[in-house]
Amino acid sequence: MTIRFGHAARWALIGGLACVTVAAFGYVGGWLAPHRLTPQRLVDTFEDNAGLHPGYRRNHAKGVCVAGWFEGNGAAGAYSTAAVFARGRTPVVGRFALPGGNPYAADGSVPIRSMALRFNLPDGGQWRTGMNAMPVFPVSTPQAFYEQARAARPDPATGKPDPARLAAFFAAHPETAAFRAWVKQARPSASYATERYDSINAFYLVDAQGQQRAVRWAMVPQAADAGPGPAGDPDYLARDLQQRLAVGPQRWNLRITFAAPGDPVDDAARPWPSDRRTVDAGTLVIDRMQPQDSGPCRDINYDPTVLPEGIAPSADPLLAARSAAYADSYLRRTAEEAHLPGAARPVPEATR
Amino acid sequence: MNTPTTFHPLARLLHWAMAGMIVAMLFIGAGMVATVSERHSGLLAIHKPLGIAILLLAIARLALRLRHRPPSLPADLPLWQRLAATASHWLLYALMLALPLLGWGMLSAGGYPVILGDTMRLPAILPENALLFAWLREAHRYLAWLLFLTFVAHMSAGLYHGLVRRDGVLASMLPSRRRREPVVTDG
Repeated sequence: MTIRFGHAARWALIGGLACVTVAAFGYVGGWLAPHRLTPQRLVDTFEDNAGLHPGYRRNHAKGVCVAGWFEGNGAAGAYSTAAVFARGRTPVVGRFALPGGNPYAADGSVPIRSMALRFNLPDGGQWRTGMNAMPVFPVSTPQAFYEQARAARPDPATGKPDPARLAAFFAAHPETAAFRAWVKQARPSASYATERYDSINAFYLVDAQGQQRAVRWAMVPQAADAGPGPAGDPDYLARDLQQRLAVGPQRWNLRITFAAPGDPVDDAARPWPSDRRTVDAGTLVIDRMQPQDSGPCRDINYDPTVLPEGIAPSADPLLAARSAAYADSYLRRTAEEAHLPGAARPVPEATR
Repeated sequence: MNTPTTFHPLARLLHWAMAGMIVAMLFIGAGMVATVSERHSGLLAIHKPLGIAILLLAIARLALRLRHRPPSLPADLPLWQRLAATASHWLLYALMLALPLLGWGMLSAGGYPVILGDTMRLPAILPENALLFAWLREAHRYLAWLLFLTFVAHMSAGLYHGLVRRDGVLASMLPSRRRREPVVTDG
Protein backbone atom coordinates (compact mmCIF):
# COMPACT_ATOMS: atom_id res chain seq x y z
CA MET A 1 0.00 0.00 0.00
CA THR A 2 2.75 2.41 0.92
CA ILE A 3 4.57 1.48 -2.27
CA ARG A 4 1.47 2.26 -4.36
CA PHE A 5 1.02 5.56 -2.59
CA GLY A 6 4.66 6.37 -3.16
CA HIS A 7 4.22 5.61 -6.82
CA ALA A 8 1.22 7.92 -7.10
CA ALA A 9 3.06 10.69 -5.28
CA ARG A 10 5.97 10.42 -7.66
CA TRP A 11 3.68 10.59 -10.68
CA ALA A 12 1.94 13.60 -9.10
CA LEU A 13 5.29 15.27 -8.55
CA ILE A 14 6.25 14.81 -12.20
CA GLY A 15 2.86 15.96 -13.50
CA GLY A 16 2.71 18.84 -11.05
CA LEU A 17 6.15 20.09 -12.01
CA ALA A 18 5.22 19.98 -15.71
CA CYS A 19 1.97 21.88 -15.01
CA VAL A 20 3.72 24.53 -12.92
CA THR A 21 6.32 25.01 -15.65
CA VAL A 22 3.67 25.42 -18.35
CA ALA A 23 1.63 27.79 -16.16
CA ALA A 24 4.69 29.91 -15.37
CA PHE A 25 5.46 30.15 -19.09
CA GLY A 26 1.86 31.12 -19.76
CA TYR A 27 2.03 33.84 -17.16
CA VAL A 28 5.35 35.25 -18.36
CA GLY A 29 4.13 35.12 -21.97
CA GLY A 30 1.03 37.13 -21.07
CA TRP A 31 -1.59 34.49 -21.97
CA LEU A 32 -2.41 33.95 -18.27
CA ALA A 33 -1.95 37.64 -17.37
CA PRO A 34 -5.01 39.30 -18.93
CA HIS A 35 -4.45 42.62 -17.16
CA ARG A 36 -0.87 43.19 -18.26
CA LEU A 37 -0.42 45.83 -20.93
CA THR A 38 1.20 43.86 -23.74
CA PRO A 39 2.38 45.27 -27.08
CA GLN A 40 -0.38 43.24 -28.71
CA ARG A 41 -3.10 44.87 -26.61
CA LEU A 42 -1.71 48.33 -27.31
CA VAL A 43 -1.57 47.73 -31.07
CA ASP A 44 -5.01 46.08 -31.01
CA THR A 45 -6.36 49.35 -29.61
CA PHE A 46 -5.05 51.21 -32.64
CA GLU A 47 -6.69 48.64 -34.91
CA ASP A 48 -9.94 48.99 -32.99
CA ASN A 49 -9.86 52.77 -33.37
CA ALA A 50 -8.85 53.05 -37.02
CA GLY A 51 -9.99 49.72 -38.46
CA LEU A 52 -7.71 47.03 -39.91
CA HIS A 53 -5.58 48.29 -42.81
CA PRO A 54 -3.39 45.33 -43.82
CA GLY A 55 0.16 46.18 -44.81
CA TYR A 56 0.12 49.58 -43.14
CA ARG A 57 1.74 50.74 -39.92
CA ARG A 58 -0.73 50.53 -37.05
CA ASN A 59 0.08 54.12 -36.04
CA HIS A 60 1.29 56.96 -38.24
CA ALA A 61 -0.26 54.95 -41.07
CA LYS A 62 -0.47 57.73 -43.66
CA GLY A 63 2.86 59.01 -44.92
CA VAL A 64 5.53 59.20 -47.60
CA CYS A 65 9.09 57.92 -47.91
CA VAL A 66 11.92 60.42 -48.26
CA ALA A 67 15.68 60.17 -48.57
CA GLY A 68 18.75 62.35 -48.43
CA TRP A 69 21.67 62.79 -46.08
CA PHE A 70 22.83 64.39 -42.88
CA GLU A 71 25.74 66.81 -43.12
CA GLY A 72 27.47 66.73 -39.74
CA ASN A 73 29.37 69.88 -38.76
CA GLY A 74 31.39 68.30 -35.94
CA ALA A 75 29.93 70.55 -33.23
CA ALA A 76 28.38 67.65 -31.27
CA GLY A 77 31.48 65.47 -31.61
CA ALA A 78 32.75 66.65 -28.22
CA TYR A 79 29.65 65.21 -26.52
CA SER A 80 29.13 61.97 -28.41
CA THR A 81 31.35 59.39 -30.06
CA ALA A 82 28.62 58.63 -32.64
CA ALA A 83 30.14 58.86 -36.13
CA VAL A 84 27.07 60.76 -37.34
CA PHE A 85 28.22 63.81 -35.38
CA ALA A 86 31.64 63.98 -37.03
CA ARG A 87 32.11 66.36 -39.94
CA GLY A 88 30.76 64.68 -43.10
CA ARG A 89 27.79 63.01 -44.74
CA THR A 90 25.62 60.20 -43.40
CA PRO A 91 22.94 58.74 -45.72
CA VAL A 92 19.37 58.92 -44.40
CA VAL A 93 16.14 57.06 -45.25
CA GLY A 94 13.14 58.78 -43.71
CA ARG A 95 9.42 59.10 -43.59
CA PHE A 96 6.91 61.90 -43.02
CA ALA A 97 3.54 60.87 -41.60
CA LEU A 98 0.34 61.75 -39.78
CA PRO A 99 -0.36 60.28 -36.35
CA GLY A 100 -3.21 57.79 -36.16
CA GLY A 101 -3.93 54.38 -37.64
CA ASN A 102 -5.96 55.48 -40.68
CA PRO A 103 -3.90 55.53 -43.91
CA TYR A 104 -6.66 57.58 -45.60
CA ALA A 105 -6.98 60.28 -42.92
CA ALA A 106 -7.36 63.85 -44.17
CA ASP A 107 -4.15 65.85 -43.82
CA GLY A 108 -6.08 68.61 -42.02
CA SER A 109 -7.68 66.23 -39.50
CA VAL A 110 -4.81 66.45 -37.02
CA PRO A 111 -2.40 69.31 -36.18
CA ILE A 112 0.60 66.99 -35.75
CA ARG A 113 3.03 65.62 -38.35
CA SER A 114 5.92 63.24 -37.75
CA MET A 115 9.39 62.69 -39.15
CA ALA A 116 11.16 59.35 -38.83
CA LEU A 117 14.78 58.86 -39.84
CA ARG A 118 17.27 56.05 -40.16
CA PHE A 119 20.88 57.17 -40.34
CA ASN A 120 23.24 54.54 -41.76
CA LEU A 121 26.56 55.30 -40.11
CA PRO A 122 29.81 54.60 -41.96
CA ASP A 123 30.93 52.17 -39.24
CA GLY A 124 27.85 49.98 -39.78
CA GLY A 125 25.94 51.39 -36.81
CA GLN A 126 22.43 52.80 -37.11
CA TRP A 127 20.52 55.65 -35.55
CA ARG A 128 16.75 55.44 -35.81
CA THR A 129 14.56 58.22 -34.51
CA GLY A 130 10.85 58.97 -34.68
CA MET A 131 10.05 62.62 -34.00
CA ASN A 132 6.81 64.56 -33.80
CA ALA A 133 5.93 68.14 -34.63
CA MET A 134 4.90 68.91 -31.08
CA PRO A 135 7.01 70.07 -28.15
CA VAL A 136 5.72 67.67 -25.51
CA PHE A 137 3.94 64.31 -25.21
CA PRO A 138 0.47 64.17 -23.62
CA VAL A 139 1.31 61.43 -21.11
CA SER A 140 4.26 60.00 -19.19
CA THR A 141 3.58 56.27 -19.15
CA PRO A 142 2.56 53.50 -21.55
CA GLN A 143 -0.48 52.74 -19.38
CA ALA A 144 -1.75 56.34 -19.68
CA PHE A 145 -1.06 56.28 -23.43
CA TYR A 146 -3.16 53.11 -23.67
CA GLU A 147 -5.98 54.72 -21.70
CA GLN A 148 -5.81 57.79 -23.92
CA ALA A 149 -6.09 55.62 -27.05
CA ARG A 150 -9.05 53.80 -25.50
CA ALA A 151 -10.73 57.09 -24.65
CA ALA A 152 -10.24 58.28 -28.24
CA ARG A 153 -12.08 55.31 -29.77
CA PRO A 154 -14.57 56.64 -32.32
CA ASP A 155 -18.22 56.46 -31.33
CA PRO A 156 -19.89 54.15 -33.89
CA ALA A 157 -22.81 56.61 -34.16
CA THR A 158 -20.77 59.69 -35.04
CA GLY A 159 -17.47 58.24 -36.26
CA LYS A 160 -15.71 60.66 -33.91
CA PRO A 161 -14.33 60.22 -30.39
CA ASP A 162 -16.82 60.82 -27.61
CA PRO A 163 -15.92 64.28 -26.19
CA ALA A 164 -17.14 63.27 -22.74
CA ARG A 165 -14.83 60.25 -22.62
CA LEU A 166 -11.86 62.32 -23.76
CA ALA A 167 -12.68 65.03 -21.22
CA ALA A 168 -12.87 62.39 -18.48
CA PHE A 169 -9.48 61.02 -19.54
CA PHE A 170 -7.83 64.46 -19.47
CA ALA A 171 -9.44 65.29 -16.13
CA ALA A 172 -7.98 62.09 -14.69
CA HIS A 173 -4.53 62.87 -16.14
CA PRO A 174 -3.22 66.26 -15.02
CA GLU A 175 0.18 65.45 -16.60
CA THR A 176 -1.47 66.24 -19.97
CA ALA A 177 -1.69 69.99 -19.10
CA ALA A 178 1.35 71.09 -21.11
CA PHE A 179 0.20 69.15 -24.18
CA ARG A 180 -3.37 70.50 -23.91
CA ALA A 181 -2.12 74.07 -23.67
CA TRP A 182 -0.03 73.52 -26.82
CA VAL A 183 -2.63 71.64 -28.87
CA LYS A 184 -5.28 74.29 -28.21
CA GLN A 185 -3.41 76.75 -30.43
CA ALA A 186 -1.91 74.21 -32.88
CA ARG A 187 -3.15 74.25 -36.50
CA PRO A 188 -2.58 71.64 -39.22
CA SER A 189 0.32 72.94 -41.30
CA ALA A 190 0.28 73.17 -45.10
CA SER A 191 3.65 71.47 -45.40
CA TYR A 192 5.86 68.81 -43.90
CA ALA A 193 8.84 71.00 -44.76
CA THR A 194 8.01 73.91 -42.46
CA GLU A 195 7.57 71.84 -39.29
CA ARG A 196 9.93 71.45 -36.37
CA TYR A 197 10.15 67.80 -35.29
CA ASP A 198 11.03 67.01 -31.66
CA SER A 199 12.45 63.80 -30.20
CA ILE A 200 10.26 64.51 -27.14
CA ASN A 201 11.80 61.55 -25.26
CA ALA A 202 15.22 62.28 -23.78
CA PHE A 203 18.40 60.33 -24.53
CA TYR A 204 22.02 60.44 -23.40
CA LEU A 205 24.95 61.50 -25.50
CA VAL A 206 28.05 59.57 -24.45
CA ASP A 207 31.46 61.15 -25.04
CA ALA A 208 34.85 59.51 -25.50
CA GLN A 209 35.44 59.56 -21.72
CA GLY A 210 32.14 57.77 -21.14
CA GLN A 211 30.46 60.82 -19.67
CA GLN A 212 26.70 60.91 -20.29
CA ARG A 213 24.70 64.08 -20.90
CA ALA A 214 20.89 64.07 -21.09
CA VAL A 215 19.56 65.64 -24.29
CA ARG A 216 16.51 66.06 -26.43
CA TRP A 217 16.90 66.82 -30.11
CA ALA A 218 14.84 68.49 -32.79
CA MET A 219 14.93 68.98 -36.54
CA VAL A 220 14.40 72.74 -37.01
CA PRO A 221 13.21 73.70 -40.51
CA GLN A 222 15.10 76.16 -42.68
CA ALA A 223 11.93 76.77 -44.72
CA ALA A 224 10.20 79.79 -43.19
CA ASP A 225 6.94 79.97 -45.13
CA ALA A 226 4.78 78.04 -42.64
CA GLY A 227 1.04 78.40 -43.01
CA PRO A 228 -2.24 76.63 -42.40
CA GLY A 229 -3.29 73.83 -44.75
CA PRO A 230 -5.95 74.41 -47.44
CA ALA A 231 -9.50 73.54 -46.45
CA GLY A 232 -11.39 70.83 -48.33
CA ASP A 233 -8.32 68.97 -49.65
CA PRO A 234 -7.49 65.73 -47.82
CA ASP A 235 -4.14 65.07 -49.52
CA TYR A 236 -2.15 68.27 -49.78
CA LEU A 237 0.95 67.32 -47.80
CA ALA A 238 2.48 64.85 -50.26
CA ARG A 239 1.80 67.20 -53.18
CA ASP A 240 3.33 70.16 -51.35
CA LEU A 241 6.47 68.16 -50.62
CA GLN A 242 6.71 67.03 -54.24
CA GLN A 243 6.47 70.63 -55.45
CA ARG A 244 9.11 71.81 -53.00
CA LEU A 245 11.50 68.98 -53.88
CA ALA A 246 11.06 69.78 -57.59
CA VAL A 247 12.53 73.20 -56.80
CA GLY A 248 15.29 71.97 -54.49
CA PRO A 249 16.26 69.94 -51.41
CA GLN A 250 14.59 70.73 -48.10
CA ARG A 251 16.75 71.34 -45.03
CA TRP A 252 16.53 71.13 -41.26
CA ASN A 253 19.10 71.92 -38.58
CA LEU A 254 19.62 69.18 -36.01
CA ARG A 255 19.40 71.07 -32.72
CA ILE A 256 20.49 69.24 -29.58
CA THR A 257 19.21 70.63 -26.27
CA PHE A 258 21.13 69.77 -23.09
CA ALA A 259 19.26 69.19 -19.83
CA ALA A 260 20.21 71.27 -16.80
CA PRO A 261 20.53 69.51 -13.45
CA GLY A 262 17.05 68.73 -12.15
CA ASP A 263 15.32 68.74 -15.55
CA PRO A 264 12.96 65.78 -16.01
CA VAL A 265 14.86 63.27 -18.14
CA ASP A 266 12.41 60.38 -17.90
CA ASP A 267 9.13 62.21 -18.45
CA ALA A 268 8.11 63.14 -22.01
CA ALA A 269 5.05 65.05 -20.74
CA ARG A 270 7.20 67.74 -19.13
CA PRO A 271 9.01 70.21 -21.39
CA TRP A 272 12.36 71.71 -20.44
CA PRO A 273 12.68 75.48 -19.98
CA SER A 274 13.39 77.23 -23.28
CA ASP A 275 16.69 78.75 -22.10
CA ARG A 276 18.58 75.45 -22.06
CA ARG A 277 21.90 75.30 -23.88
CA THR A 278 21.66 74.02 -27.46
CA VAL A 279 24.16 72.86 -30.07
CA ASP A 280 23.43 72.66 -33.79
CA ALA A 281 25.02 69.39 -34.90
CA GLY A 282 24.52 69.69 -38.64
CA THR A 283 22.00 69.84 -41.46
CA LEU A 284 19.48 67.25 -42.63
CA VAL A 285 19.03 67.47 -46.40
CA ILE A 286 16.02 65.74 -47.95
CA ASP A 287 16.22 65.67 -51.73
CA ARG A 288 13.80 62.97 -52.89
CA MET A 289 10.54 61.26 -52.01
CA GLN A 290 8.71 58.06 -52.94
CA PRO A 291 5.29 56.58 -52.19
CA GLN A 292 5.33 54.61 -48.96
CA ASP A 293 4.00 51.39 -50.52
CA SER A 294 7.09 51.06 -52.73
CA GLY A 295 9.70 53.34 -51.14
CA PRO A 296 12.61 52.19 -48.99
CA CYS A 297 11.00 53.43 -45.75
CA ARG A 298 8.24 50.83 -46.06
CA ASP A 299 10.28 48.02 -44.59
CA ILE A 300 11.92 50.03 -41.82
CA ASN A 301 10.74 49.90 -38.23
CA TYR A 302 11.67 53.33 -36.83
CA ASP A 303 12.30 51.92 -33.35
CA PRO A 304 13.78 54.83 -31.37
CA THR A 305 15.88 52.48 -29.24
CA VAL A 306 18.02 51.44 -32.22
CA LEU A 307 20.96 53.71 -31.43
CA PRO A 308 24.61 53.88 -32.42
CA GLU A 309 27.52 53.82 -30.01
CA GLY A 310 27.62 57.31 -28.47
CA ILE A 311 23.85 57.66 -27.99
CA ALA A 312 21.99 55.79 -25.23
CA PRO A 313 18.33 55.63 -24.24
CA SER A 314 17.08 57.39 -21.11
CA ALA A 315 14.89 55.56 -18.59
CA ASP A 316 11.78 57.23 -20.06
CA PRO A 317 9.25 54.36 -19.88
CA LEU A 318 7.72 55.39 -23.21
CA LEU A 319 10.91 54.37 -25.06
CA ALA A 320 10.66 50.69 -24.15
CA ALA A 321 6.93 50.79 -24.92
CA ARG A 322 7.54 52.33 -28.33
CA SER A 323 10.16 49.69 -29.09
CA ALA A 324 7.85 46.84 -28.04
CA ALA A 325 4.75 48.18 -29.81
CA TYR A 326 6.58 49.14 -33.03
CA ALA A 327 8.02 45.61 -33.19
CA ASP A 328 4.52 44.16 -32.98
CA SER A 329 3.19 46.55 -35.62
CA TYR A 330 6.18 45.74 -37.84
CA LEU A 331 5.56 42.01 -37.54
CA ARG A 332 1.86 42.41 -38.36
CA ARG A 333 2.41 44.45 -41.49
CA THR A 334 5.38 42.46 -42.80
CA ALA A 335 3.44 39.21 -42.18
CA GLU A 336 0.63 40.70 -44.26
CA GLU A 337 3.04 41.70 -47.03
CA ALA A 338 4.58 38.21 -46.94
CA HIS A 339 1.11 36.55 -47.12
CA LEU A 340 1.84 34.47 -44.03
CA PRO A 341 -0.89 31.95 -43.15
CA GLY A 342 -3.54 33.70 -41.06
CA ALA A 343 -2.41 37.23 -41.94
CA ALA A 344 -4.83 39.61 -43.65
CA ARG A 345 -4.05 40.43 -47.30
CA PRO A 346 -3.01 43.98 -48.16
CA VAL A 347 -5.31 45.79 -50.59
CA PRO A 348 -3.58 47.84 -53.32
CA GLU A 349 -4.48 51.50 -52.90
CA ALA A 350 -5.76 51.84 -56.47
CA THR A 351 -8.38 49.10 -56.10
CA ARG A 352 -9.78 50.39 -52.87
CA MET B 1 35.21 -1.63 -25.06
CA ASN B 2 32.41 -1.34 -22.54
CA THR B 3 29.47 0.94 -23.12
CA PRO B 4 29.80 3.85 -20.69
CA THR B 5 27.25 4.01 -17.87
CA THR B 6 27.34 7.78 -17.58
CA PHE B 7 27.68 10.70 -19.94
CA HIS B 8 31.12 12.21 -20.47
CA PRO B 9 31.83 14.64 -17.57
CA LEU B 10 32.04 17.55 -20.00
CA ALA B 11 28.73 16.51 -21.55
CA ARG B 12 27.13 16.54 -18.10
CA LEU B 13 28.57 19.97 -17.36
CA LEU B 14 27.32 21.31 -20.70
CA HIS B 15 23.91 19.68 -20.20
CA TRP B 16 23.22 21.38 -16.88
CA ALA B 17 24.75 24.73 -17.80
CA MET B 18 22.78 24.84 -21.04
CA ALA B 19 19.61 23.60 -19.34
CA GLY B 20 19.67 26.69 -17.17
CA MET B 21 20.52 28.98 -20.06
CA ILE B 22 17.90 27.56 -22.43
CA VAL B 23 15.09 27.58 -19.89
CA ALA B 24 16.00 31.14 -18.92
CA MET B 25 16.12 32.05 -22.61
CA LEU B 26 12.63 30.64 -23.25
CA PHE B 27 11.16 32.65 -20.39
CA ILE B 28 13.10 35.79 -21.34
CA GLY B 29 11.90 35.53 -24.93
CA ALA B 30 8.27 34.95 -23.99
CA GLY B 31 8.37 37.73 -21.42
CA MET B 32 10.09 40.42 -23.48
CA VAL B 33 7.53 40.33 -26.29
CA ALA B 34 4.64 40.37 -23.81
CA THR B 35 5.31 43.62 -22.00
CA VAL B 36 5.61 47.32 -22.86
CA SER B 37 7.44 48.01 -19.60
CA GLU B 38 11.18 48.70 -19.24
CA ARG B 39 11.60 44.95 -18.85
CA HIS B 40 11.18 44.73 -22.63
CA SER B 41 14.46 46.54 -23.24
CA GLY B 42 16.35 44.87 -20.40
CA LEU B 43 15.31 41.36 -21.41
CA LEU B 44 16.05 42.04 -25.08
CA ALA B 45 19.57 43.12 -24.13
CA ILE B 46 20.10 39.74 -22.39
CA HIS B 47 18.31 37.67 -25.04
CA LYS B 48 20.72 38.39 -27.88
CA PRO B 49 24.12 37.64 -26.27
CA LEU B 50 22.63 34.69 -24.38
CA GLY B 51 21.34 33.29 -27.68
CA ILE B 52 24.76 33.52 -29.28
CA ALA B 53 26.32 31.87 -26.22
CA ILE B 54 23.83 28.99 -26.51
CA LEU B 55 24.63 28.64 -30.22
CA LEU B 56 28.36 28.34 -29.54
CA LEU B 57 27.87 25.90 -26.67
CA ALA B 58 25.42 23.85 -28.75
CA ILE B 59 28.02 23.45 -31.50
CA ALA B 60 30.61 22.33 -28.92
CA ARG B 61 28.10 19.96 -27.37
CA LEU B 62 27.10 18.43 -30.69
CA ALA B 63 30.78 17.80 -31.51
CA LEU B 64 31.22 16.14 -28.11
CA ARG B 65 28.11 14.04 -28.59
CA LEU B 66 29.30 12.78 -31.98
CA ARG B 67 32.73 11.90 -30.54
CA HIS B 68 31.64 10.23 -27.28
CA ARG B 69 28.98 7.54 -27.23
CA PRO B 70 26.28 8.20 -24.66
CA PRO B 71 25.29 5.38 -22.25
CA SER B 72 22.73 3.07 -23.80
CA LEU B 73 19.14 3.03 -22.60
CA PRO B 74 17.95 0.15 -20.37
CA ALA B 75 17.30 -3.02 -22.37
CA ASP B 76 13.77 -3.37 -20.97
CA LEU B 77 12.66 0.10 -22.08
CA PRO B 78 9.61 -0.16 -24.38
CA LEU B 79 10.35 0.52 -28.03
CA TRP B 80 8.12 3.60 -28.22
CA GLN B 81 9.93 5.19 -25.30
CA ARG B 82 13.26 4.34 -26.86
CA LEU B 83 12.18 5.99 -30.13
CA ALA B 84 10.72 8.99 -28.30
CA ALA B 85 13.96 9.46 -26.38
CA THR B 86 16.12 9.33 -29.50
CA ALA B 87 13.84 11.61 -31.53
CA SER B 88 13.43 14.19 -28.76
CA HIS B 89 17.18 14.31 -28.10
CA TRP B 90 17.94 15.07 -31.74
CA LEU B 91 15.04 17.53 -31.84
CA LEU B 92 16.56 19.34 -28.86
CA TYR B 93 19.94 19.53 -30.61
CA ALA B 94 18.28 20.82 -33.81
CA LEU B 95 16.29 23.48 -31.96
CA MET B 96 19.14 24.73 -29.79
CA LEU B 97 21.09 25.32 -33.01
CA ALA B 98 18.18 26.59 -35.11
CA LEU B 99 16.64 29.12 -32.73
CA PRO B 100 19.71 31.35 -32.28
CA LEU B 101 20.35 31.20 -36.04
CA LEU B 102 16.72 32.13 -36.74
CA GLY B 103 16.95 35.03 -34.30
CA TRP B 104 20.19 36.25 -35.86
CA GLY B 105 18.78 35.74 -39.35
CA MET B 106 15.50 37.51 -38.64
CA LEU B 107 17.27 40.57 -37.24
CA SER B 108 19.49 40.60 -40.33
CA ALA B 109 16.48 40.34 -42.66
CA GLY B 110 14.67 43.07 -40.70
CA GLY B 111 17.61 45.42 -41.25
CA TYR B 112 18.41 45.68 -37.55
CA PRO B 113 21.97 45.91 -36.32
CA VAL B 114 22.73 42.78 -34.25
CA ILE B 115 24.30 44.23 -31.13
CA LEU B 116 25.63 42.19 -28.21
CA GLY B 117 26.22 44.06 -25.00
CA ASP B 118 27.10 47.71 -25.51
CA THR B 119 29.31 47.74 -28.53
CA MET B 120 29.86 44.32 -30.13
CA ARG B 121 28.10 44.13 -33.46
CA LEU B 122 27.69 40.91 -35.43
CA PRO B 123 27.53 40.90 -39.23
CA ALA B 124 24.23 40.33 -41.02
CA ILE B 125 23.85 36.70 -42.11
CA LEU B 126 20.97 37.42 -44.52
CA PRO B 127 20.10 40.28 -46.88
CA GLU B 128 17.59 42.92 -45.78
CA ASN B 129 14.17 41.62 -46.79
CA ALA B 130 10.99 42.35 -44.83
CA LEU B 131 9.08 39.36 -46.22
CA LEU B 132 11.86 37.02 -45.17
CA PHE B 133 11.85 38.77 -41.78
CA ALA B 134 8.18 37.94 -41.27
CA TRP B 135 8.68 34.24 -42.07
CA LEU B 136 11.75 33.95 -39.84
CA ARG B 137 10.14 35.88 -36.99
CA GLU B 138 7.14 33.55 -36.94
CA ALA B 139 9.36 30.47 -37.29
CA HIS B 140 11.34 31.77 -34.29
CA ARG B 141 8.11 32.02 -32.29
CA TYR B 142 6.63 28.64 -33.15
CA LEU B 143 9.88 26.71 -32.90
CA ALA B 144 10.47 28.35 -29.49
CA TRP B 145 7.10 26.98 -28.38
CA LEU B 146 8.12 23.57 -29.75
CA LEU B 147 11.41 23.80 -27.80
CA PHE B 148 9.51 24.70 -24.64
CA LEU B 149 7.15 21.73 -25.02
CA THR B 150 10.07 19.42 -25.83
CA PHE B 151 11.86 20.68 -22.73
CA VAL B 152 8.81 19.95 -20.54
CA ALA B 153 8.57 16.45 -22.02
CA HIS B 154 12.33 15.92 -21.56
CA MET B 155 12.20 17.08 -17.93
CA SER B 156 9.20 14.88 -17.21
CA ALA B 157 10.82 11.87 -18.88
CA GLY B 158 14.02 12.41 -16.89
CA LEU B 159 12.04 12.47 -13.66
CA TYR B 160 10.08 9.39 -14.77
CA HIS B 161 13.37 7.53 -15.18
CA GLY B 162 14.70 8.82 -11.89
CA LEU B 163 11.62 8.53 -9.70
CA VAL B 164 9.38 5.88 -11.23
CA ARG B 165 11.58 3.49 -13.18
CA ARG B 166 14.74 4.18 -11.15
CA ASP B 167 16.74 2.65 -14.00
CA GLY B 168 19.92 4.75 -13.84
CA VAL B 169 19.06 6.90 -16.85
CA LEU B 170 18.70 10.10 -14.80
CA ALA B 171 21.77 9.17 -12.73
CA SER B 172 23.82 8.90 -15.93
CA MET B 173 23.43 12.67 -16.36
CA LEU B 174 23.96 13.54 -12.68
CA PRO B 175 27.32 14.35 -11.04
CA SER B 176 29.56 11.25 -10.72
CA ARG B 177 29.27 10.58 -7.00
CA ARG B 178 25.61 9.64 -7.49
CA ARG B 179 26.63 6.83 -9.83
CA ARG B 180 25.17 3.51 -8.74
CA GLU B 181 27.67 1.17 -10.37
CA PRO B 182 30.69 0.19 -8.31
CA VAL B 183 33.89 1.70 -9.62
CA VAL B 184 36.15 -0.95 -11.08
CA THR B 185 39.74 -0.26 -10.22
CA ASP B 186 42.69 -1.59 -12.09
CA GLY B 187 45.19 -4.06 -10.64
